[in-house]
Amino acid sequence: MSTIIGLPKSGYKVIVGPEAYLSPAAASLGVALPDAGEGLIEGEISSEEAVMEKIAEKLLAAKNPTLFPGPLVLWVWSEQSVAKAIAVQKMVAEVPGMKIIPMPDYRPKYPMINPAIEINPNHPNLTIWHNNIDVCVFIGVHCHYANLALKIIRGGTDCYTIALCGEAGHEDAVVTLRDVSAEKVGKLTETIRRVKREREVLA
Amino acid sequence: MTERKAVSPEYMILEAPREKRFLIGNEALAAAVKRANVDVVVVYPITPQSEVSHLCGDLWAAGFIKEYYRGEDELHVMVSMMGAAAAGVRTFTATSGPGTVRAMEPFTCWAGYRLPIVCGFMGRGIGTPANIQPDSIEIYYLLETGMIIFHVESPQDFFDMTLQAYAITEQPEIHLPVAVFSDGFFVTHGREVVTVTPEDEYLHPYDSRFSPVPAMDMETVPIKMARDCLVIKNNFISYNANASWQQEVRAAQYRARKHIDRFMGGPLEVINPDAEILIMASGTAAAQARVAMELAREAGLDVGMVKIKVIRPFPAQEIAQLAESARLVIVPEFNYVGWLAREIKAVVNNNAKVFSGPSVFAGMTLPPEVILAELQNLVKLSGVRR
Repeated sequence: MSTIIGLPKSGYKVIVGPEAYLSPAAASLGVALPDAGEGLIEGEISSEEAVMEKIAEKLLAAKNPTLFPGPLVLWVWSEQSVAKAIAVQKMVAEVPGMKIIPMPDYRPKYPMINPAIEINPNHPNLTIWHNNIDVCVFIGVHCHYANLALKIIRGGTDCYTIALCGEAGHEDAVVTLRDVSAEKVGKLTETIRRVKREREVLA
Repeated sequence: MTERKAVSPEYMILEAPREKRFLIGNEALAAAVKRANVDVVVVYPITPQSEVSHLCGDLWAAGFIKEYYRGEDELHVMVSMMGAAAAGVRTFTATSGPGTVRAMEPFTCWAGYRLPIVCGFMGRGIGTPANIQPDSIEIYYLLETGMIIFHVESPQDFFDMTLQAYAITEQPEIHLPVAVFSDGFFVTHGREVVTVTPEDEYLHPYDSRFSPVPAMDMETVPIKMARDCLVIKNNFISYNANASWQQEVRAAQYRARKHIDRFMGGPLEVINPDAEILIMASGTAAAQARVAMELAREAGLDVGMVKIKVIRPFPAQEIAQLAESARLVIVPEFNYVGWLAREIKAVVNNNAKVFSGPSVFAGMTLPPEVILAELQNLVKLSGVRR
């Protein structure tokens, strides 16, 4: 890969780790955020439909899928946040065995969080390791803290990361969707339901 | 106050009609602040920025700015900006030379806190011997603060880039401070025709709900969420989180590129890109380079020009590509260290063809004829054909 002061012309893939002692921020290696109607799969721009398909496949194939809801869906900020939280619960119900471990806030907690019951953006790997999580979904986490956590997870764990972002998306997730509203979560739930049916038929 | 209409940044920057005004740079900057619907301005006057401090006070008195006061000094000003922006409002301030270096620490904290503060810098000499004259040395000090940095060439740029700064930094995924840097006096006190957007249109209010970090407002419902920075504990996990935080700040700079392309037409202005000789410059050195380029072409030299509008995020790939086919690159600057030449040399393959200079500073002017003479001298030495 040719580089100019650390900026590759192309080719950086955002894949499952553990990647490095200190993994790079994908944006600094040329991964650009998607435009409206698009998402990212491993750092590549893809259609929203393709991204939803990939998320459904990964969640349904996971041994221990886990949702990490952040403050934006845990607390009543607005009617939209309530609607999104309800939609997210419906989505979780469609994924067999999916657990919910919240990220209630962003404070570093010392001497240590209880990784069995919460996740923290400053040391998210502790929760991944403790619970043997192989696929996780971030939703409702403020973007700065989500990126922090996603990068640390990619650096030190083998967990597949999915970021459902209400804003512009996350380069540091293996898969990301942008502009995620309650309606879009509903559409993703429909995709999961359909893929589940198809898998049952094949089985 | 006349009835005003709130508009989107896309409309104001890309579509709104323009009216001609005859303004000095500081007036053009204040005209942009007036249209930017700024909530809080804290300033401390210092030459050649003082006029903007005064004009912002006038805007506050007329009801265009909600809160305004003079800080005790620049450190107080920049820390006040940090508090206001962290609470979730739109902010503006400005400073010059010694004020910039006095307030250095808050600039790095602004970036770390992901605060979309816009700060005008009116570059002047720093240190001893005391000097109030134009100099772009301040940018060298600001390069790695995590701020986005624009370098204006003219009062028109000062107006446009200030509004563009708000449009870019308030994108949810960006939220970094923006330095809109001008060379003191040449821009701040130079008067020219500036086209401005209508007086009765101003930007929609800033909405901190789209920030990548929660507003640090203890009254914000539904929860009181402090934005603690990391407490460094002596273990790898804490160090790793802190390092990731710093990477995320730089990542936000890279993300800004997409919006720089949309709102600014890209980080560069390029004239005659295939020329054998390229003059690469920023700020008012670019204005002098334009004239020098014309003089050189009249003298039979194949010369082009690259104006670098955006210093951070540095347009490394574009500059490397442009330099690839050139046989000679010269970088005139208004400072002693030649920081722009260093930046360019760092990204250009075969960088022996990049020459720093001519550089002037401490208020000296940079006549186009001096750039031309340097060019002709280098052509003679390097053997670039006419």
